[in-house]
Amino acid sequence: MVRDEAGRLTAALVRLLGDFALAEDLVQDAVVIALRRWPETGVPDDPAGWLLATARRRGIDHWRRRRRYEEKLALLVRDGPSPDRADEVDDRLRLVFTCCHPALGREAQLALTLRAVVGLTTPEIAHAFLATETAVAQRIVRAKRKIVEAGIPYRVPDPDQLDERLDEVLAVIYLMFNEGYLATAGPTPDRRDLADDAEWLARLLVRLLPDRPEAAGLLALLRLHRARRAARFDARGRLVLLSDQDRSCWDHEAIAAAGAQLLAAMARGRPGPYQLQAAIAACHAEAPSWEATDWRQVLLLYDALLALTPTAVVRLNRAIALSHGVGPAEALAEVEPLEPALRSYHLFHATRGELLRRLGRPGEAHDADRTALALTRNPAERALLQDRLAEPL
Amino acid sequence: MKYVLMLVRSDEEWEALSDEERDYGAIMRWFGELAQRGVLAGGEELQAARTATTVRWEGERAILTDGPFMEAKETIGGFAVLDVPDLDAALDVARTWPARSHKVEIRPIVQH
Repeated sequence: MVRDEAGRLTAALVRLLGDFALAEDLVQDAVVIALRRWPETGVPDDPAGWLLATARRRGIDHWRRRRRYEEKLALLVRDGPSPDRADEVDDRLRLVFTCCHPALGREAQLALTLRAVVGLTTPEIAHAFLATETAVAQRIVRAKRKIVEAGIPYRVPDPDQLDERLDEVLAVIYLMFNEGYLATAGPTPDRRDLADDAEWLARLLVRLLPDRPEAAGLLALLRLHRARRAARFDARGRLVLLSDQDRSCWDHEAIAAAGAQLLAAMARGRPGPYQLQAAIAACHAEAPSWEATDWRQVLLLYDALLALTPTAVVRLNRAIALSHGVGPAEALAEVEPLEPALRSYHLFHATRGELLRRLGRPGEAHDADRTALALTRNPAERALLQDRLAEPL
Repeated sequence: MKYVLMLVRSDEEWEALSDEERDYGAIMRWFGELAQRGVLAGGEELQAARTATTVRWEGERAILTDGPFMEAKETIGGFAVLDVPDLDAALDVARTWPARSHKVEIRPIVQH
């Protein structure tokens, strides 16, 4: 019955929206919601009307989201009573947790979240990932089918699993942000800025789950990164390292606001990886100059982060802080043992190169930079490495 | 919804264990608790894959082979059939499977 109505509904929506692909997607989404919900709540008296209302509401959401980002922010942060009705809040949370269900692969979670929660069309997602539309459409269809066929529930997780499931959502948002912030490959100017979408989504999550400090931690982290974006590229579009950035170009108002938000989150006394990463970002953002960075504080925060997430990448980043707080020789001693784990990670080799250069071993530094160059497709990072390699030994 | 939890193990490693090491007590308790909760719709342990016989057809003729349809280091060593509301409930049960050297694959059952 649901599928019978789908065509008619799509047609009605195409008339309303004038966009076939969008209308089709909206109806599909409404159908997925119906298939999940009706077995629990019973089929509504007017199923077609229910589907149309759901699809229309999602269509309106979509246009709202497509309006300028600043307007969206203004809508979200405005004072006064929350504009959302309770069931709408519930619905959005359910949708987020369903799209980011751990039974779905990370890429499927990301594509589905962009599609169903952020409201991008399939071509927009394909464009953002530099993937073909067919590949993205397939990924989304497969994920939606799994939700229905495997019985992934459409609901907010129970309180005892909420934190674990929230981690999954936060990981998807952070990945979305990184896709936008430092695109893995390809030219950047014409890509949709997924970092905007990620910040929007993090903000929504903080509003829907105000008592979860890690959500606020992630939002603060994204805001701190983005506050520095004007200084990240030079006039020729080349990546500028944090140490060389013109700090007067940073958005100091945004840094202060994110810092205050982070403090409020940390005051809840439940630290987590995102709060700690945000605290590290805040140390950098609040330092008047690279030299004046509080490396001791940064190292302490890395130690705390390492205790929670003992990964090789965190160790590598801690070693970079160590190289500035203590010295490059001590840092290199920490970096070398990470080789088996990080052999194919370009930043491992770039970091090693940098440390070797500072230790007066230019030949080995050169080799490490060359290995790093072979491992990254990001144009900005490649340009930076090529510059280094062009310098005389 | 109904789900099958396929209990995947290495026969070789499993057979090398004593009954105490396999901790059948915990496994029986696990099945018992599920039955008591009314979510268990069946379940068995299987003999090792080397005991399998596979039937396939060439035209109308059935051909028998000694062994499983696919040689693999890890095979299905048992299963449990659950009747629970959704995947999350099935995952909650799967997480409590006591034999931690196993893997548990969860598959929804097609409702005809």
